[in-house]
Amino acid sequence: MQRLVVVGASLAGLRAAQAARKAGFEGDLVMIGAERHQPYTRPPLSKELLAGEHTVDRVQLPCDELGVEWRLGVPAVSLDRARRRVVLSDGDEVQYDRLILATGSRPRRWPGAGAELDGVHVLRNLDDALALRKAFDRRPRVVIVGAGFIGCEVAQTARKEDLEVTLIDIAATPMLPLGVETGEWCAQLHRDRGVDLRLGTGVAGLVGDGRVEAVELADGQHIPADVVVVGLGALPNVEWLAGSGLELEPGLACDATLTATGDPDILGAGDIVAWPHPLADGEPIRIEHWTVAAEQGQLAGRNALLEPGERKPYVTPPYFWTDQYDVKIQSLGLPGRAEEVELLECTPDRSRLVYGGERDGRLVGIIAINAARRLGSYRMALEDPPVFDELRARVAADPAALGAPVGAA
Amino acid sequence: MKLCVSEACQGHGRCYTLAPQLLSSDDEGFVTIRGGDPIDVPDDLRELAEEVEGTCPENAISLIES
Repeated sequence: MQRLVVVGASLAGLRAAQAARKAGFEGDLVMIGAERHQPYTRPPLSKELLAGEHTVDRVQLPCDELGVEWRLGVPAVSLDRARRRVVLSDGDEVQYDRLILATGSRPRRWPGAGAELDGVHVLRNLDDALALRKAFDRRPRVVIVGAGFIGCEVAQTARKEDLEVTLIDIAATPMLPLGVETGEWCAQLHRDRGVDLRLGTGVAGLVGDGRVEAVELADGQHIPADVVVVGLGALPNVEWLAGSGLELEPGLACDATLTATGDPDILGAGDIVAWPHPLADGEPIRIEHWTVAAEQGQLAGRNALLEPGERKPYVTPPYFWTDQYDVKIQSLGLPGRAEEVELLECTPDRSRLVYGGERDGRLVGIIAINAARRLGSYRMALEDPPVFDELRARVAADPAALGAPVGAA
Repeated sequence: MKLCVSEACQGHGRCYTLAPQLLSSDDEGFVTIRGGDPIDVPDDLRELAEEVEGTCPENAISLIES
């Protein structure tokens, strides 16, 4: 292989390029990116960068000495597999021997009335974050539509500056993938910090004349707003691959080694990839976590240098975190697939908690609130998920556990 | 090869969960060598060390060729 092309110049793409170089690849390496920026890390965008604590320099990912030909600000628009070429928005074509697809995802926009008004923001990329930071300087009344991870993080950042914040979601608890119990704990956290939390609440539209003035709720009530942040999740950037013949539902279909179904010269990494994970019983899953993008990128970069039979699978239990106020919430595995979530450990004051997610009677994921040190032992458990009775017994026998929940059997 | 972890470590724990052969956690979930001296990486764990370097959300891990 002489020419490795990576489409997507964010975390997954960068880690793929770095891993290929570290594994000894000395051929041509081309990185294609839709944004004009060199790779940067996104988690601080909704927290430290939005708060003005981090500068732009601080979010840049180090990528010196890579020997890469950068093609930034020119998104890939199509893939011609027969001719082994990626077509860019400026009409240029980039030839490849092997190709890594890591085009990430984009925020879902407000689908109804008022989406085009000034003052309506999404938060995904660096420019989004800088625009929202600038808007915060005018001390706006902030209304956030969607109490997912981004919505909750923006809420906490705005509250730290003592801005007036209303956080709205149609669901009964925030951060739905973490389950109802954890969600209720987090709802209280936001209320305690002064967020006006409106759960189980539909939004009818965004109202204003040129500039947003209010969010209209389903019951007709208007919440005054100077800034609206839409946090309705993300969509994988796979449309540009539509004519390629690759399978794209629910994401770029890959096998466990991140090799695209039907084309051993193409691998995927990060948000766009749908791959069979052991914790999902072999069902293809798509994950939008930072560490999954980093780890899949590294693996795809190494695997791209190998022949299909030699490639390693990605089986690590996914890790996710969110920081809100002084609370660190972390998850391991796939708690979003749990049918039930049970409190496994907590301190007497309930400031540190570990929840276990159960599916088909077995552990499928862990959520730790201010309990980072407990994650290690559960990672082992998730490699060969125990039934819940056995898990409870292990926790009860573990001297390092935080303590038994009051009222537990 | 040596590995060290800077004060930027925020206790995500990805390094010691992926590489328990190399790293462990303190009572607060930070890696024990946070802000401390580098440790030696045996040759057979180089790839694992590179992996945890790349998956640290705070970019707190550095590898030094010795």
